[in-house]
Amino acid sequence: MMPDATVLLEARELARRPTPSGPWLLRDVELELRAGQCLGVVGPSGSGKTLLLRSLALLDPLDTGYVLFRGRPVSGNGIPDFRSRVIYLRQRPALEAGTVEDNLRRPLQLYVHRKRRLDLRRIGSWLRHLGRRENFLEKRRGDLSGGEQQIVALIATLQLDPTVLLLDEPVAALDHDTARSVELLLRQWVDEQPSARAQMWVSHDVERVRSYCSKLLRMEDGRLYPM
Amino acid sequence: MATYVELDLIDVSLAAALIVVNALISIALQLGMERQLAVASIRTIVQLWLVGLVLEWVFEIDRWYVVLLLLVLMTLVAGVTAARRDERRYPGMLADTVLSVWISSWLVTAFTLFAVVRGTHTWYQPQYSIPLMGMVLGNTLNGVSVGLRTFLDSVEARRDVMDMLLAYGGSRWEACRDTVRNAIRTGMTPIINSMMIVGIVSLPGMMTGQLLSGTRPIEAIKYQIVIMFLIASATALGTTLIALIGYRRLFNQDHQLLVDRLRRN
Repeated sequence: MMPDATVLLEARELARRPTPSGPWLLRDVELELRAGQCLGVVGPSGSGKTLLLRSLALLDPLDTGYVLFRGRPVSGNGIPDFRSRVIYLRQRPALEAGTVEDNLRRPLQLYVHRKRRLDLRRIGSWLRHLGRRENFLEKRRGDLSGGEQQIVALIATLQLDPTVLLLDEPVAALDHDTARSVELLLRQWVDEQPSARAQMWVSHDVERVRSYCSKLLRMEDGRLYPM
Repeated sequence: MATYVELDLIDVSLAAALIVVNALISIALQLGMERQLAVASIRTIVQLWLVGLVLEWVFEIDRWYVVLLLLVLMTLVAGVTAARRDERRYPGMLADTVLSVWISSWLVTAFTLFAVVRGTHTWYQPQYSIPLMGMVLGNTLNGVSVGLRTFLDSVEARRDVMDMLLAYGGSRWEACRDTVRNAIRTGMTPIINSMMIVGIVSLPGMMTGQLLSGTRPIEAIKYQIVIMFLIASATALGTTLIALIGYRRLFNQDHQLLVDRLRRN
């Protein structure tokens, strides 16, 4: 039997219930994300998609279950390192005051990324691909549209060379052309190292996810179903 | 023998009669504050009278355990008040404010009693320990409640930014460091401001009291200087403690921000 070396991220029996007497917002979630894969999760608003991604990134406490990264359980002080490899990208990024460049530098100041430097050449090529001009780096937070903020957060994330990207409606705020460019960029990013990268999308837009992702799951009332 | 003019009941009543000014204004302008004024006046007299009686008794019997008990009570009231000033709650907040007020005020007051004001008859001599602790507590209480409020404001305002830093692989301290710093800075600002203007805009209450009771100005200002530094350090300690303890409460060992713990009354 082949060892499951290709499984990057695994979730077992995940469940979330914010209050002890409240409803389960996530339950019995079993999930495997393999290298090279783009896994799509669709479902109506409020079905638990965002919570699923946050739970996979261990950003919220789990009520039951566990998350494995490359077959190893993750907990405690191993979590920041895990999150530097399995990065959750919010639907609405929260940028700090300052320019785009300031915001791209911010994650590099974190201890886990201390060996990284701002790579303007690489960032420039991503920005060109997404149809942004050179002066985009000097733009201030207040002058950015919602879509542009999403682009900044995406590039801030890509420069960290994550293993797994957990994307929450990554193109929802973008115009049609930019959305296509982002999809292309993300696909290229996985294809560069298909044995060591994977991504997961959640979206309410079934058609978009179906056309982009290699495997699809449906989320309803906190449970995952095959599609 | 007293070196100052002792007031008798008639003197005090004359001063209390000044409340008529407030009452007349309230009536003339139909402010509807007569009832409040009456209650406030009575509370002022009764509360201070009771404090006077209690202190008289404590000074009289001069026992360490009585003094200590009084100091503990004062500390608890200050700690509880610091938590009550905010409409937000997280589990354990009351214990946190009490602990912050307690540690900071007692450390600083102990240093003062044992190292600065030497030559007292006993370490607990109520004439020194009670007013010193009272002044330190009043200011620490402010520092702790301002620090707590700023910290919680900042947590609410920056929660998404902190969440993103955590998502990029930041530790809980990296995510929250700016928030904690901001709270400490804001908590320490009022005392720095009063140190800047002390004696210029107004004479501090304690110094005024000493002057009234016949202390030479040059002696009174020495005490006032001591007090200013005492208050400054106790405030800094209290503010730092509450921000750090609050940080430990709102982030867990798994570097998760538990913002759900924060509720409004």
